[in-house]
Amino acid sequence: MDLEPIVNDFSIQVATVNGSGSQTANTVLLRALFQMGIPVSGKNLFPSNIAGLPTWFTIRANQDGYIARRKENDILVVMNPETAADDVAAMGPGAVIVLNDSIKVPAIAEDRIVYPVPMAKLMEPITTDVKLRRLVVNMIYVGVLGELLGLAEDEVERVLDAQLGHKPKALALNHAAVRAGWEYAHAHFEKRHPFRAARMNATQGKILIDGNAAGALGSLFGGVTVVTWYPITPSSSLVESLIGYLDRFRKDPATGKATYAVVQAEDEIAAIGMVLGAGWAGARAMTSTSGPGISLMSEFTGYGYYAEIPAVIWDIQRVGPSTGLPTRTAQGDVLFAHLSSHGDTKHPILFPSSVRDCYDFGVQAFDLAERLQTPVFVLSDLDLGMNNWMSDPFPYPDKPWDRGKVLGDSELKSMAKFERYRDVDGDGIPFRTLPGTHDPKGAYFTRGSGHDEGARYTEKPDDYRRVMDRLSAKFETARTLVPPPVVDDQGCAAGIIAYGSSHWAVVEARDQLRNEADVKTDYLLLKALPFSDAVAAFVRRHERIYVVEQNRDAQMTSLLKIEYPEHAARFRPVLHYDGLPIDARSVSTGIKSDAAVGALAAAGEVVIR
Amino acid sequence: MSDGTPKTPAGPGVKADVIPEATPAAKVGAAAARNRVGLTRADYDGSKSTLCPGCGHNAITAAIIQAAFESGVQPHEVAKLSGIGCSSKTPAYFLGHSHGFNAVHGRMPSIATGVRVANQKLLLIGISGDGDTASIGLGQFCHLVRRNVPVVYIIENNGVYGLTKGQFSATADVGSTTKGGSVNEFMPIDCCALAIELGCGFVARSFSGDLKQLRPLLKAAFAHRGTAVLDVISPCVTFADHEGSSKSYAYVKEHDAPLHDIEYVPYFEDITVDYEPGTTRDVQMPDGSHIYLKKLAADYDPTSRERALASIHEARGEQKLITGLLYAEPTLQAFEDELELVGTPLAALTQEQVRPPKSVLDTVMEQLKTGKGA
Repeated sequence: MDLEPIVNDFSIQVATVNGSGSQTANTVLLRALFQMGIPVSGKNLFPSNIAGLPTWFTIRANQDGYIARRKENDILVVMNPETAADDVAAMGPGAVIVLNDSIKVPAIAEDRIVYPVPMAKLMEPITTDVKLRRLVVNMIYVGVLGELLGLAEDEVERVLDAQLGHKPKALALNHAAVRAGWEYAHAHFEKRHPFRAARMNATQGKILIDGNAAGALGSLFGGVTVVTWYPITPSSSLVESLIGYLDRFRKDPATGKATYAVVQAEDEIAAIGMVLGAGWAGARAMTSTSGPGISLMSEFTGYGYYAEIPAVIWDIQRVGPSTGLPTRTAQGDVLFAHLSSHGDTKHPILFPSSVRDCYDFGVQAFDLAERLQTPVFVLSDLDLGMNNWMSDPFPYPDKPWDRGKVLGDSELKSMAKFERYRDVDGDGIPFRTLPGTHDPKGAYFTRGSGHDEGARYTEKPDDYRRVMDRLSAKFETARTLVPPPVVDDQGCAAGIIAYGSSHWAVVEARDQLRNEADVKTDYLLLKALPFSDAVAAFVRRHERIYVVEQNRDAQMTSLLKIEYPEHAARFRPVLHYDGLPIDARSVSTGIKSDAAVGALAAAGEVVIR
Repeated sequence: MSDGTPKTPAGPGVKADVIPEATPAAKVGAAAARNRVGLTRADYDGSKSTLCPGCGHNAITAAIIQAAFESGVQPHEVAKLSGIGCSSKTPAYFLGHSHGFNAVHGRMPSIATGVRVANQKLLLIGISGDGDTASIGLGQFCHLVRRNVPVVYIIENNGVYGLTKGQFSATADVGSTTKGGSVNEFMPIDCCALAIELGCGFVARSFSGDLKQLRPLLKAAFAHRGTAVLDVISPCVTFADHEGSSKSYAYVKEHDAPLHDIEYVPYFEDITVDYEPGTTRDVQMPDGSHIYLKKLAADYDPTSRERALASIHEARGEQKLITGLLYAEPTLQAFEDELELVGTPLAALTQEQVRPPKSVLDTVMEQLKTGKGA
């Protein structure tokens, strides 16, 4: 068969059973492609279950560097009898299906390319241990795909060694299974498919890491001292990674004593309470959770806002509310986190769009929280947090930490008086002292909504209003301190605003729009709330603005409309909310469906009403 | 911060039998008498109480001031913490030169835990009430005790919600009535029994009107390294000081069954107290101070958890309120020991101590390139 080869542009889906040990096999595939220099991403679509339910792992390899999820897959590996019929039915003409031949599937159309592999038989000579056979069988499909796609054998070997080198017996077994699959495919299959992997040079020097581990690294180098948490998917792995790093790198070499405390709290209310207590006392304190935890924390979050206590809260967003799809991704907490708590409250939020952002914001969130003396949210999501992403290596922090406006005994000594909530220099941020400060002038009483500039109890209307207005002034200062957006402004009439993990789909969708519909777009990647001046400038400059979000209610669009009411008619939300990571096609289709898109084709030369 | 006005924690309407007794210092008429850290009693005052005149909480406030003065506690090394309720307002009324934190309802324990891990050099005085501890805050209370976070945790217990005007709390006894006449049908939660069950190393019960007992208990609690729970029955003069309340002055006076007389001798004083052998029990605190329990009726052993629980249950059966140091196990491992923290408070660590060097980042990045050891 003569087929034009499709090189380094394909998606693989492995359909398997949760808890079956496929993770190592999938890591070997992902990393082998990565080490061949091909841009990749790997996404784990898993159920809320420890073992037994279906799970899918998708790997996308793309020479142009597109690493968002693709809706369609080119290659399917069938390992789960339960879902096999549906999995096969989802594959289109020309797709490749690697079938564990002990799994019965309905008749498959002629124009799909099926490679049945007798996996059980191939495992027989490798080990007699039934349990091991079940785990190691996954390596058979690694070998089969290695042959079918032309993976570099030495890279597969290197990854196997990196993953299992510390367990020689396991390494030998897995190695044997890879070989068995590879040799079987070589001997029995004529390659009737076009997909091939070939070495290129797009990943040299890069790392592969998930967003939660990246956030943990940032927190480590940000100098976190107190970490509190309550286990919750998809956030737990952030704290668990952090515990690993802290254990390795933050113990006094002489005494073995820790320069940090990690407390697993009884619930998220206690977790945020501990963070506020520690932040009040001067520690760099953080917690990490997901939507349900943010819900529980909301009373304390508002307290932190009003009492002006630094805190860092990571929210690895998932589908909500409650249970059901806790292992699926979303950006549904934007409004809730931003306005969390009763009364007038608004919180700065950082939106990491990459693992690099997760790392950077891990450091910066502490500086911001302490400078602004307020809870700062970092809104990541399951897709970014729990999946593996490529990145350039992270740089060492180039700035010293910022502990904010804290007065110690030496400063208090020369002061006639200290007032905790007085804005003495016009940025809306007062000075604070820490418990343990010796000078009696430094002591103050922290409480909720009833205090004046001197932290004295008051219920006077004017006092309350003054404090509220100063907090608003502080929010204006926050605008100038939060990370600015990344703007690509080529003078087009249409602009796209996106944030968080949607970024990667937008990058690809902009190319689709340009190449397929001749629609050129500018792009603003939002990194934080409150909106900085650069956002205002972008909004003013573009007559049509598509806001890409992974939620139903266009939450960021709402905030933009509130912030820029005179331009409210310009915003068109492009929404994706089925629990799966957003893909480029959904974005470009959404934009193309706008009636004004024809006019936009002439980019920058037309006026759209 | 203190507003500088003169302080009288016990309000003008305080009943004669709960007015704090004159202290030794006051007896010699020296208002300016100084303690071992050179401070006067006035240095431990706070702002003026806004609670109802005669409230038992005011007497507890006075006892805290007196105990802190006598112990020579440094106010700047104290953090006062509370939840929400009448009791939780009181940290404003003592130790005006200490940082204070009036948190949200039922969540003071988590604040205390955070403060303590950030700075284990602070003495934490936590004030809570029966609603704040036994209802909305029961979970946090249990976990604070379970972790043995060093906090002097005072429950100002009147069996009633005062700030919201007289509803039952979870410590109200079966059959007690509200001012409006409704009868409580639910079993009370006994915070002392609960604390003992959870492994608390210092559990005491007292009465706001019994300064003689409360003061040494507070001083011993200041010296305890671990959670010290003091359940102080504190009659509500407005909503619970009537015939149907089991936490009224009259009721408590009649049903109070003290376990023992208590003397507390701090480590910095020579031990001159001389008890007759066989009639006292000496509990040594980790810092070298001592609590002496003078036997009253029975030979009470405060180091037996079983005995403590049995005594509480027996007294309840006799409709008595047992007071005194119920249980003490001063050598339990405190929370920060379990965390194996460095000696410097985490809040005071420098950037160099908490930001690993570039070589660490380089190592991790190298591992993430190959996947090996990452």
